[in-house]
Amino acid sequence: MPGPSITFTWWIRRLMEQVIANGLFLGAQYALIALGLTLIFGLMNVLNFAHGQMYVLGGFITYTVYGQLGLPFAVAVICSGITLAVIGGFMERYLFRTVIRRSHREESTMMLAAATAFFFDAVMLLVFGEKQRGVPKIVKGVFNNFGVILPYDRILVGLIAAILILGFIAFMKYTKTGRAMRALAQDRVAAQLMGVEVDRYTMIGFALGAMLAGLVGGLLVSITGVNSGIGGPISIKAFMMIMIGGAGVVSGAIAGGFILGMMESVGLTVLREYGDVTYLVIFAALMVFLSIRPNGLMGKPWG
Amino acid sequence: MTKKLIGLVVFLLAVFIAVPMLIAATGRTDLYYVFTSVALLSIASAGVWLTFFIGRINIGQGAYALMGGYVSAILIMYYGWSFWWTLPVAGIFCAAASILIGFPILRLRGVYFAMVTLILTEVMRLLALALPITNGAKGITSIPPPGPISLFGMTLVPDFATLQNPRIAFYYLSVMLMIACFAVLYRLVHSRIGHICMSLQQNEELASSIGVNIAALRVMAYAISSFFGGLSGAVFIGATQSIYPSSFTVTDSVNFMLNCFLGGLGYVFGPMLGTLVLYLGWNLLFSTGEFQLLIYSTAMIVLMLVLPNGLLSLGSFKRRG
Repeated sequence: MPGPSITFTWWIRRLMEQVIANGLFLGAQYALIALGLTLIFGLMNVLNFAHGQMYVLGGFITYTVYGQLGLPFAVAVICSGITLAVIGGFMERYLFRTVIRRSHREESTMMLAAATAFFFDAVMLLVFGEKQRGVPKIVKGVFNNFGVILPYDRILVGLIAAILILGFIAFMKYTKTGRAMRALAQDRVAAQLMGVEVDRYTMIGFALGAMLAGLVGGLLVSITGVNSGIGGPISIKAFMMIMIGGAGVVSGAIAGGFILGMMESVGLTVLREYGDVTYLVIFAALMVFLSIRPNGLMGKPWG
Repeated sequence: MTKKLIGLVVFLLAVFIAVPMLIAATGRTDLYYVFTSVALLSIASAGVWLTFFIGRINIGQGAYALMGGYVSAILIMYYGWSFWWTLPVAGIFCAAASILIGFPILRLRGVYFAMVTLILTEVMRLLALALPITNGAKGITSIPPPGPISLFGMTLVPDFATLQNPRIAFYYLSVMLMIACFAVLYRLVHSRIGHICMSLQQNEELASSIGVNIAALRVMAYAISSFFGGLSGAVFIGATQSIYPSSFTVTDSVNFMLNCFLGGLGYVFGPMLGTLVLYLGWNLLFSTGEFQLLIYSTAMIVLMLVLPNGLLSLGSFKRRG
């Protein structure tokens, strides 16, 4: 019979494995959200306050198509992505481009972004109501091995998220569009002089960022559900991720997403009794970190 | 010069005579509370505007308003201070705190600074929930109204509790404070220091290279900004007689910023106009029920498309045309 100390360490190890598995799952979702935000920021220097609302809208579209109409889950998630891409493209073309052109100070886009966030909130509240919405499970069963307990649908969603992240990196690295967008993020004027169609690729970039938010929203609705009030908090979390990693940098967004996912997972386990103190600790740590390293882990200076 | 003087006289007549007369004529004394709020919120927005003036986006004013409110409430309730003494103390406390916080975080720029200040608001709310002295989520309630001020036996300000309608008294108090704060702001912006601050907004490295002490200057601007925030929070708890961790949240911080944008970042009186329009607009739309947020946000988007430099830029259009 094992002594009490052995049982204790055994439990700790079990717990840590579980925490790491949860953190990885959360991190993959967060990284996808942060990627969209950082893409928009890198291309246009716009901090998209409505990013969380776009995520929620993606969730509601999947809820309608998969949960209400009964079409396959994959179709629903693709619908979310396409709808958000179209909305994002229109937002860039008719709202942000106009304001950037006519405003004396670049920061004015923040007011526009905040206003569109309110607008999305209002529309979703009117259309979908304020109830928490969920959909039927996409796969049943629970994975219970190596001391880790994870439902299969979480593993599936985590894997899809990881594939999407890899796909996004490949897209940015190997396609012509991706190359153009990277050039734009590095130096807008130089890219324009080299013959990159700035307006077109900015619009594509904004649409792509919005699409990522919609895809994650669609994926996550199968696990956490969705309600119209969570847009704002999601936006704030996404801001934190890109700040940890460095705004406007793809690798930074991924790192930030995983770091925040891990911190939340560990924090909520270790400080469970204290509730909100977890976030207090995370926030305080972030402020100290940023005052030591003002550009995040890998950000360009003065993003 | 005379034009400015006339503008000032018209403004003073409007806030001290026209508004009370109109309210008396319509009999809607609840409007006093609305205008008191506008005056106090515009003080806080003035602080945010000052940080915009040195080229920083500040979404953390809610933190200082909350801090100022709690400092005032704690001093009144637990230490028996007079409301009047807590006002400057709350402001100075916030300014001191902002110097400590500001030294490291003012090195950040652009969105990094904006996000850190946004998080600061959330940190302050969570602190107010967690600290024992702030009484957690229950907050501090039934704070007594301000007492009298007397100088050499002469009563300058009567005890607010004995007044027939303390709302009018709070209205006059907040409007006077607002005028004082904007006078300070106007003087500061048009002084030598103000011109140097403008150079920070355009190019910090260049300003630094010609011998401007940029670190000291931006901390000073941030401290004044936080002083305004703390002051408005402290008066606010006098008017509402209660404070909770949710009294000033991220939404309020964002609103302070939006007030500045709406009024115009290039105009000292922009935050005042912006607060008036946003606050009144939101309250007027209350009767539209569930469509309130929809109409409000649509109006904001349209305003931004038509006048991206703020409402006050309308005047400069006319002059040019």
